[in-house]
Amino acid sequence: MNGAALTLSQVRYTNKAFWRNPASAFFIFAFPLMFLVIFTALLGHGTVRISPTQVVNTSTYYVAAMASFGVISACYTNIAISVTTQRDEGVLKRTNGTPLPSSIYLGARMLHSLVVAVLLVAITAAFGRAVYSASIPSGLTLLRFLVMLLVGAAAFCALGFAITAVIPNADAAPAIVNASILPLLFLSGVFIPLGSNAPAWIVWIARIFPVWHFARGMQAGFLGTAFSWTDVLVVAAWGLGGLLLAVRFFSWEPRA
Amino acid sequence: MAEIARQEGAAIEVRGLIKSYGDVRAVRGIDLLVERGQIFALLGPNGAGKTTTVEILEGYRSRDGGTVRVLGYDPARQRRQLKSRIGIVLQSSGMDRYLTVAETVAMYAGYYPRPRPVDEVIELVGLQTKRGARVLRLSGGQQRRLDVAIALVGNPDLLFLDEPTTGFDPSARHEAWEVIKNLAGLGKTVLLTTHYMDEAQYLADQVAVISGGRIVAEGPPATIGNRERARARIRYRLADGAMPPADLSASPGPDGLTELIPDDLTTALHRLTGWALDQHVELTALEVARPTLEDVYLELTGSPAGAAGSMQPAVPELAGQKGRHRS
Repeated sequence: MNGAALTLSQVRYTNKAFWRNPASAFFIFAFPLMFLVIFTALLGHGTVRISPTQVVNTSTYYVAAMASFGVISACYTNIAISVTTQRDEGVLKRTNGTPLPSSIYLGARMLHSLVVAVLLVAITAAFGRAVYSASIPSGLTLLRFLVMLLVGAAAFCALGFAITAVIPNADAAPAIVNASILPLLFLSGVFIPLGSNAPAWIVWIARIFPVWHFARGMQAGFLGTAFSWTDVLVVAAWGLGGLLLAVRFFSWEPRA
Repeated sequence: MAEIARQEGAAIEVRGLIKSYGDVRAVRGIDLLVERGQIFALLGPNGAGKTTTVEILEGYRSRDGGTVRVLGYDPARQRRQLKSRIGIVLQSSGMDRYLTVAETVAMYAGYYPRPRPVDEVIELVGLQTKRGARVLRLSGGQQRRLDVAIALVGNPDLLFLDEPTTGFDPSARHEAWEVIKNLAGLGKTVLLTTHYMDEAQYLADQVAVISGGRIVAEGPPATIGNRERARARIRYRLADGAMPPADLSASPGPDGLTELIPDDLTTALHRLTGWALDQHVELTALEVARPTLEDVYLELTGSPAGAAGSMQPAVPELAGQKGRHRS
């Protein structure tokens, strides 16, 4: 098999295992959709001021925010936990003893996460459109939206690979992954809109990390807010940093 | 087979292999020669350096010194070429638990340039009835067979089996042994590590005993450590009051058995049984035994259990059993 065929075949096996594993199918895929329904049902009737001049329905806001959460869940959380588990169980070591190039194995995992992320975004958008008449990106907005989506997904995958280096074993994986991402989801306006009177220190933290920039880029697609290439660049820079750390510190064998 | 070996060189050639982890000198100068088509067992206690040695040959670990050729390749520099010609069963390594047996074997088959047919490999390890079962539904023994199937599916010339039956119950071990015996029938070279004497004795053409990072003995299991030349023991139990010839007698041990190591086994045995026939005395539990591979091993590896081990009942080789330890 050539590289592309081998990658696709590997994506298919990764995909089969993903959906048959109740933990990944539920926590990675169902969680963002469940949050979407809960947030919009509970808080969807108000409005959010997202810029000095723009006010949107909370429901529409959460469609964009939960799409971002879906991508982070499918890429960062999924990769970090599943790769650590596979490392601990010795699957990675076994694979590393076969002629399969490591770039194909890891690339296939990334590609699979991307597919799950796109699926989550599509379901979220369809739900928002059907229930809350949320606007769906089109034309040039769609193109920019897709750039942000793909850059963000790739970056969060890279960060997912990178964080495995500090996760000692599979038992610790969910705790470390959640500890690293949950605060940021709150501080970056994904779960609770930052609004116009958020404390300055929260805004500053949000600006340093990639989640806020990614969520802003996704909002631009759904809410018609200004699209900033700076957001894309910041997310891409984090992704690149993650990739470099992963290349340097990634381990194919369980940590003793 | 010997002809092929001469033409293509040995499967594994190691000279002066050295490896340390920090201050721990795990491997202290090992030489190995494994001919093609051989089942070669590396036998040693835990921590002797078996796994380190094997993982250097597989390319997982770097070495500190010495030369290594595996199928003509240097695993440190030509790992990529080597990988497609070897199969590896690691001491413990998982597989995706949510894929089925057939999916797993097919997935790994896709990694190799010239794989064997998936169904043929599944049949070879005896998992036909579990073809569609997910890995998480397999027993430990079945998972080990799947390990072997994965290692075989790339149609390798050389297989590494690192402690393939550790933790198995006796029937699972015997199943695994049959699978490994069959590999030799396929013309594969097998390098096996184990700390089970009976496993080495049953499977291997050649055994190297490794201890403290060195090879302390090497040879066919029947003659390693000069086993074949070691003097045999006669053991028997007598009815109370019976008195055999003085030079064939000794005070019974705690188990009630009289044990002696005669200079001339044939003569001693003939006289002893002749005496018993004349006197109408029954020699119950009579056995003649040479040191087992285990006795040799314990002596060579300097295990504290060595003294006790050599006191244990020896294997009744005359009865045709091989290397089974009575316990």
